[in-house]
Amino acid sequence: MTPNQIRQWQLLNSRRTFLRRGAAGLGTFALGSMLNRQLFADESQEQRWAGVAQPPVIPPRIKRVIHLYMAGGPSHLETLDYKPELEKSHGKPMPKSYTEGEQIAQLQGQAANLKCFGPQHAFNKFGKSGQQISSILPNIGSIADDICIVRSMHTDQINHDPAHTLMNTGTPITGRPSMGSWMLYGLGCDTDELPGYVVLSSVGGGQSQPIASRQWHSGFLPSRFQGVEFRSKGDPVLYVKNPMGVDFRRQRETIDAIQQMNQIGNEVFEDPELNTRISQYELAFKMQMSVPKLTDLSDEPKHILDMYGTQGGDGSFASNCLLARRLAERGVRFIQLYHRGWDHHGGIKDGIKYTASLVDQASAALVKDLKQRGMLDDTLVVWGGEFGRTPMAQGSGRDHHIKGFSMWMAGGGVKPGFSYGQTDELGYAAVENKVHVHDFHATMLHLFGIDHEKLTYRFQGRDFRLTDVHGQVVNDILT
Amino acid sequence: MRILLFLALACLASGQVLAQEQSKVDFNRDVRPILSDKCYACHGPDGGQRKSDWRLDQPLPADSEIIVPGDPGDSLLVQRILTDDKLDVMPPAGHRKKLSETEKQTLVKWIEQGANWKGHWAFEKVQAKQHLPHNENVVDHWITKRLDELALSPAPTADRRTLIRRAYFDLIGLPPTPEQVKRFVEDSDDGAFQKVVDELLASRHFGERMAVYWLDLVRYADTVGYHGDQDISVSPYRDYVIEAFNKNMPFDQFTREQLAGDLLEKPTQQQLIASGYNRLGMMSAEGGVQPKEYLAKYAAERVRTTSTVWLGMTLGCAECHDHKFDPFTIEDFYSFASFFADIKERGLYSGANQTGDWGPMIEVAEEGQDARLKPFDETLASLRKSLNAKTPEIRQAQELWESKIADASTNWTAVSPKGFSSYSGVTHRVRKDHSILISGKQELEDTYLLSFELPPGTTTRGIRIEALPDKSLPRKGPGRAGNGNFVITELILSKGDQTDQLETLKKVHDLWPEEMAAKRVDLKNASADFEQASTPEGNPYGKWAAESAIDRDVKGSTWGWAINGQNGKPHELVVQLEQPLASDETPIVTLTMQQYHGTNHELGCFRISFSESEFATVDWSKRVPAEVLAVIQKTKADRTEVETQTLDTYYRNVAPELESVRAEISKQEKSREAVRVAHTRKSPITVRTEPREMRVLARGNWMDTSGEVVEPKVPMMFRQIEKQGRADRLDLANWILDNDNPLTARVYVNRVWKLFFGAGLSKVLDDLGSQGELPSHPELLESLASQFVESGWDTKALIRMLVLSKVYQQSSAPREELAIKDPFNRLVARQSRFRLDAEFVRDNALKVSGLLVEKVGGRSTKPYQPEGLYRHLNFPKRKYKSDQGDDQYRRGLYTHWQRQFLHPAMKTFDAPSREECTCERPRSNTPLGALVMLNDPSFVEAARGFATSMLEVAGLDDDRSRIQWLVEQALSRKANEREVEVLASLLDSHRKQFASDEQSAKELLSIGLSKAPVEISVVELAAWTSVARTIMNLHEFIVRN
Repeated sequence: MTPNQIRQWQLLNSRRTFLRRGAAGLGTFALGSMLNRQLFADESQEQRWAGVAQPPVIPPRIKRVIHLYMAGGPSHLETLDYKPELEKSHGKPMPKSYTEGEQIAQLQGQAANLKCFGPQHAFNKFGKSGQQISSILPNIGSIADDICIVRSMHTDQINHDPAHTLMNTGTPITGRPSMGSWMLYGLGCDTDELPGYVVLSSVGGGQSQPIASRQWHSGFLPSRFQGVEFRSKGDPVLYVKNPMGVDFRRQRETIDAIQQMNQIGNEVFEDPELNTRISQYELAFKMQMSVPKLTDLSDEPKHILDMYGTQGGDGSFASNCLLARRLAERGVRFIQLYHRGWDHHGGIKDGIKYTASLVDQASAALVKDLKQRGMLDDTLVVWGGEFGRTPMAQGSGRDHHIKGFSMWMAGGGVKPGFSYGQTDELGYAAVENKVHVHDFHATMLHLFGIDHEKLTYRFQGRDFRLTDVHGQVVNDILT
Repeated sequence: MRILLFLALACLASGQVLAQEQSKVDFNRDVRPILSDKCYACHGPDGGQRKSDWRLDQPLPADSEIIVPGDPGDSLLVQRILTDDKLDVMPPAGHRKKLSETEKQTLVKWIEQGANWKGHWAFEKVQAKQHLPHNENVVDHWITKRLDELALSPAPTADRRTLIRRAYFDLIGLPPTPEQVKRFVEDSDDGAFQKVVDELLASRHFGERMAVYWLDLVRYADTVGYHGDQDISVSPYRDYVIEAFNKNMPFDQFTREQLAGDLLEKPTQQQLIASGYNRLGMMSAEGGVQPKEYLAKYAAERVRTTSTVWLGMTLGCAECHDHKFDPFTIEDFYSFASFFADIKERGLYSGANQTGDWGPMIEVAEEGQDARLKPFDETLASLRKSLNAKTPEIRQAQELWESKIADASTNWTAVSPKGFSSYSGVTHRVRKDHSILISGKQELEDTYLLSFELPPGTTTRGIRIEALPDKSLPRKGPGRAGNGNFVITELILSKGDQTDQLETLKKVHDLWPEEMAAKRVDLKNASADFEQASTPEGNPYGKWAAESAIDRDVKGSTWGWAINGQNGKPHELVVQLEQPLASDETPIVTLTMQQYHGTNHELGCFRISFSESEFATVDWSKRVPAEVLAVIQKTKADRTEVETQTLDTYYRNVAPELESVRAEISKQEKSREAVRVAHTRKSPITVRTEPREMRVLARGNWMDTSGEVVEPKVPMMFRQIEKQGRADRLDLANWILDNDNPLTARVYVNRVWKLFFGAGLSKVLDDLGSQGELPSHPELLESLASQFVESGWDTKALIRMLVLSKVYQQSSAPREELAIKDPFNRLVARQSRFRLDAEFVRDNALKVSGLLVEKVGGRSTKPYQPEGLYRHLNFPKRKYKSDQGDDQYRRGLYTHWQRQFLHPAMKTFDAPSREECTCERPRSNTPLGALVMLNDPSFVEAARGFATSMLEVAGLDDDRSRIQWLVEQALSRKANEREVEVLASLLDSHRKQFASDEQSAKELLSIGLSKAPVEISVVELAAWTSVARTIMNLHEFIVRN
């Protein structure tokens, strides 16, 4: 056990050793004078969690993930997976050989009478790579040579809530840590002014299915690893704003008084946890100072705002993409952008076109912007939802579907301009180079330099992992 | 990596001390953890994964070569773990887990010492309590004994201020007042502490404190958890728990009532509420849910929760395969689930997001409900008296009414339409009986036009529209809406055949050209046999009235005749003509039906008839119940007294003369009901039904129906329930509480211990299995467990014993020698310190501020919460409305528990979402916690309240004594000089700042519902609020010491 590991472990338990206290305890601190900020800066420096998987065993390819989470279950058949055969079969009965004995969601009542539903939008070939992408995603088409499309995703959960839980935590059972929390636990992050795992969300274009905060919860991992939601209205981070009537000077003076009182108290009280408390108050204040700067986009030039298609601050997906880049620049490890609006049970033709129009430009802009800043090499951008949609009609829409769907990735370590995996000719089931959600997790951890079987945490007597007992790194898509 | 960490844990934990000082290997303490962690995955209980016949979770046969007691050299196990041969070595070369040198040595030493094998400690029967001399407290006996062995001394008794704070926080979750502290400090009586403890155990707040712990276990929450996370009323269950702890309900009874309250003989309301335990798991109303899948989810969750709560076992791990570490098979899992297969429930609570129907609920009247209803009952009694009063006017009216009904009803001639047109182009079919059936196209709104030849030689004075059911219509109609309803927004009669005038006649009357208006025939006296009773907003009729169909007003979708509530039955609407129409003058008429409800509410099947009767009306005789009609048809003389009474009573319920009385009764009844509902809470209960078939689901796959069907059974490794026929939940409860059950009492006392000492005797509270931890003081846990059962499962007696021990009363001050020997305080050579639980962080601030409303129980409450926290919720969309009255200042445990978006002040201080059973909360210390304490309006308001209380105390004139008062209130001690300095200098600075910026001061004081008293200077109060805020943010303020 290296000293670093021991320290990490002690930090994990939020306990400082007594051995350290003996020499450098705060009891000797010169009191009554103004607070020594530098000392606290050092304290917090030391408090920063460096991760249990540091240094990585595999050469890491990425430092951060930006997950563009298309929540609601985007239809692969109108976005990334072109199926001419389905077009030909439009209106014909769906062959029973595909659907018999398979799970089915809202079409349960019509299981005997399933009809094929052709793609509602044309597909084009984009870029030198000639990747087939729907005409409703022209901007994503423009980065075709930068992205790797996986068309053979599959999952186990057919309803939104458990499917999200599986996508985020590797199991449909609630109470397990989300992937962002695992990354933080394994790797820590490069900031102590911001949380290491940030969640943003936007809505629009389709039925806005709910999203539970458990999707970014740390589960049984210590709560310091949970995702922190940045809000577009009100305080970006809960309670990050001073109370009314308290300006930053008054807040600073109050915190100074708290810190001094805590130190004096500790002379009689002698609680190692107290040092942690002191540094957490410093961190809180830093966060109060830095979050407003982060969310104030006025320092972004016009051409960047135009590129994303936002003036910022409106809670749109585009605005969130720009914020994501700013968070990435500031050392945040895992950034998740939910866009709720892909649940097209009916009216998919217009519905999905509209939803696509809300995310297309900004998704592509984010990749381009990261690229021009040299950050795409060590960032993984992921674009996809919790499941796909049926090739069968549900009126004028499509139902939930788990046997095959698509997502794309771009950035460090992933083959650009590359297509991987296939569904069958009707787009029902992944048949070639299948990639399960667990495999996606394993691959992402691999890119971070982590062996997904080694990153474990003991809970209820068992060593849990993000990939549970599954997961294979998809080496074929890695450069 | 994890292995290293775990090793470090093993070394640093208490085992280290003993391992170093005693060379005798103890199987359960030293050997089993190694075998379990490193070997059981392949040589353990999971039959599916077992790689050979070598099982190391059971004693080996005497002649086994694997382990030869006393002879490590001959033991195959030793050879295999020590070899360098990559093909032979165990664990295998590629295996994730390795044995450390120390572990190898331990195994060798164990075999050397005779390979003594013992059952897993927690599975052995609880040993009867050993008699201790002089009634020594068992806690003191065993803790001191271990310390003596290690030549360590216990800590001195804590000072009285610390001690009383500790007891208050531990026993009621609230701080003592300075007066309470003073009384205890000055009480020289030997039994002073005992007095405090007994007072606290008798406090009604004791139950609140204990409920916080229990509600985490049973995953109590105010919302359903899955998908839309809709609200569900469960608070009576929470109050049951509080009450059970307050009245010290024996734990065995508490257990029986929750698992099987519904199966007890003549269950009381409280017992039924308790049975709600089985229904506290998450539920879903997500469209597209496959019911069987969710029934499987609910079943698995019950196994996880129940086995954790009472058995401390991770039986839930055997859902997909046999347990890896403990002797549970996948059959055990599903057999255990079978106990709950009789619970009435649905996989998909379809529509519950609108109806709130989440399965069986019980209504619970709130205290004082009777008094609230009394005035209504009195008014109603007097109204009913006047309804039944016998007056000549009523008698006369009744006679007239009887004669009308006795007469033949209006003569009607049904006519088939001559022409038909509709806006949306529906298909209409005229049948032999002249009825018209609509099918085909359908728009959200429609207008039908029908022309008729009036029966020749007649004068029409009335028209009847019969709405008829038909099996082709949704829910048999008569309407085409999904629920079988329709709305006739406006009915228009015009002279001549106008069926080609659709464009005009679909419009509102005001927009017609004059010549069309001139053709309109006025209608009057609309009556219908049934009018839908709901009162849509903005509808002046208060119902879907027949009359509103002829009022020349198409005010929109809520204005017309409709029949929901009696769908699938025939209904009729009758209108009279203002001026009769003679067929020779007007041979043809057109009837227009405007149907503008907007959601497919169109008539699907109907028939039109004409009458010459001047009093054309709905055929009342059809509406009079048969028995009443029979009486009417008799002569007065022939009627019996009972029959007369029946008739009189009936008449009084329909008499137009009594309409106002009846309306008043109905209004009063509605108000009464509103008050009753407002003061009634619902709570889910368990209702027994025919047990569902339960199969073993291989790999947990709910679609696989090939598994064996199982019946309720406890895991095979335990003594089985002996019963003829199917065992039920009550049998399970009794088995859990049986003297032979090794787990229940151990699990409970271990967790209770944790509440008072900061960590369990066996640290892993949710797993007493082989991956759990051998207790630091096994004999103590045994004694506590056996004593607890002997006492009749007496929780308060158990707690009293723990708290009155000298060990509990020790100081928590750290000591250098312990820092090295026992850094995690497992030997309990001192007390622990830890941050208060989330709920008590809030309670403490509110109590000290003077804002706390100390009501026990009731509906869940909504403290301030940042706006928009629920914006991710849908079905329905939600807006959080914080409580405006006393409920704003209630204790934390009453906070509305939104599983998906828990209140941030709760979540930040580690309160669990309660989506699953939680045995132990982490205790985090994060910047987000600091932000809550600093900026959450509840805490800012509390600081202002605290400052206000201080400024209102008489005789506190100078800043120093005021500071002292605040510190003493908040921390139960005096501030020292330097502390006073710090606070005084903050006060000065903020006084100056607020004096020059009074607006800011006002703003600060405006936070929260409570109003700052006008007598106090704004600047002064704001500056003192800063001081109070500082004190309330201190580490010491939220730490139990």
